[in-house]
Amino acid sequence: MDLDAREFQDGRPGPMKPAPFHYHSPGTEGEALALLAKFAPEEGRILAGGQSLIPAMALRVARPAHLVDIGGIAGFDRLTVEDGWLRIRPCVRHAALGTEAVPGPLGALLETLRGQIAHLPIRTRGTFCGSLANADPASEWCLLAATLGSSMLLRSLRGGREIAGEDFFQGFMTTALDPDEMLVEVRLPLLADTVRTGFFEFSRRAGDYAQAAALAVLELRDGAIVAPRLGLGAVEDRPRRLAVAEAVLEGRVPSSALFREAAAAARAALVPMDEDPYRLDLAQTVIHRALAAATGVAE
Amino acid sequence: MSDLHDITLVLNGERHAVRVEARRTLADVIREDCGLTGTHLGCEHGVCGACTVLMDGQPVRACLVFGVQARGRAIRTVEGLAEGGRLSPLQQAFIDEHALQCGYCTPGFLMLCTAILEADPEIGDQALVDALSSNICRCTGYANIVKAVRAAAAAMRAGTAAAEMA
Repeated sequence: MDLDAREFQDGRPGPMKPAPFHYHSPGTEGEALALLAKFAPEEGRILAGGQSLIPAMALRVARPAHLVDIGGIAGFDRLTVEDGWLRIRPCVRHAALGTEAVPGPLGALLETLRGQIAHLPIRTRGTFCGSLANADPASEWCLLAATLGSSMLLRSLRGGREIAGEDFFQGFMTTALDPDEMLVEVRLPLLADTVRTGFFEFSRRAGDYAQAAALAVLELRDGAIVAPRLGLGAVEDRPRRLAVAEAVLEGRVPSSALFREAAAAARAALVPMDEDPYRLDLAQTVIHRALAAATGVAE
Repeated sequence: MSDLHDITLVLNGERHAVRVEARRTLADVIREDCGLTGTHLGCEHGVCGACTVLMDGQPVRACLVFGVQARGRAIRTVEGLAEGGRLSPLQQAFIDEHALQCGYCTPGFLMLCTAILEADPEIGDQALVDALSSNICRCTGYANIVKAVRAAAAAMRAGTAAAEMA
């Protein structure tokens, strides 16, 4: 079998079309996991929304030999609110995540982040779980999952396991998923009405990847910040919470000076993907603005 | 190798049974296998929006969907907008408001704007501009496209009112 038959004779890639692959469309999760177990060693990949994978294939950056399309599996598009958790199955589209489906501050936060993800015709196809499995450092959903106390359910023919969102992202576009594993559900904690959120992202064009993005989730009690969660994306090789900055914020009264202090502490602890000081300046700015948005305090 | 699949699409209400390679995008299936060349291809990696079509009523980039994924789905393309030889209000507004020049991006914009107006004919200014940022036009500067969407919404409202009075 010659997968590269469509290349030019001198070995350059052929026309700008995806390289040939074998397509599989399982009807159940069990079938999908069996196909994945069989083909993962042969460059087999899952196809969910395809809004990152298909462009990568068109550019021939990705050349999977097998695609397991999970789009036809019953129940995979289910989004449920249960026992204080939002449960997101593998084929829930970006467009489905907003105030119309999710109550409280989490619904509002999802809607805000959704609006930053590419464009409308991408949001109707791309999936939440697919974004997480793709683990682009600039992904809004990855930032959300790393910042909130989320939980990931991974499954393969070998069995299932549950991983905390903070441990799922392991490096640049690298996750805890083994090649034969599928992310079958992500759980996000619903947020109490007293929880405040603030998000700020900078990108060069509408719908483009973030250059830096920060998410702040906190409560205010007697005027002081309680249990702050502060996440940063697109700067380091993976999104993560900034513990040093959270320690600065805990118990303090929000002010522009405090945000500056927290952002400076965060900057000192960052390991950015590039050494450009601009990126670090930007990181400080988005952190400051996310905190301002969450607390309602002027920058 | 070729990984061939027999699929049926419903394109603008008409069934098309075709045999396609798995790697063939929906855009290529529509153009090459079904012969509807109104859907244009620009960048072929999801950035420009020229190939936007409606799949089960939702706008999608036809270059970012494989034909096999569209099996059994209802697809609408620019060829399906006019009814009985009469342009849709949106198509007419694009002409009246000079919302196109070279016309290459126009089928994609028409499908995007059709979806926008079907979802919310009263869409706010900021939301409209945000939605229109999905697609790229190198001729118009977008201002006339915004005007055309507003004019089409007004024409559709007038049409509905006239139908109710009749």
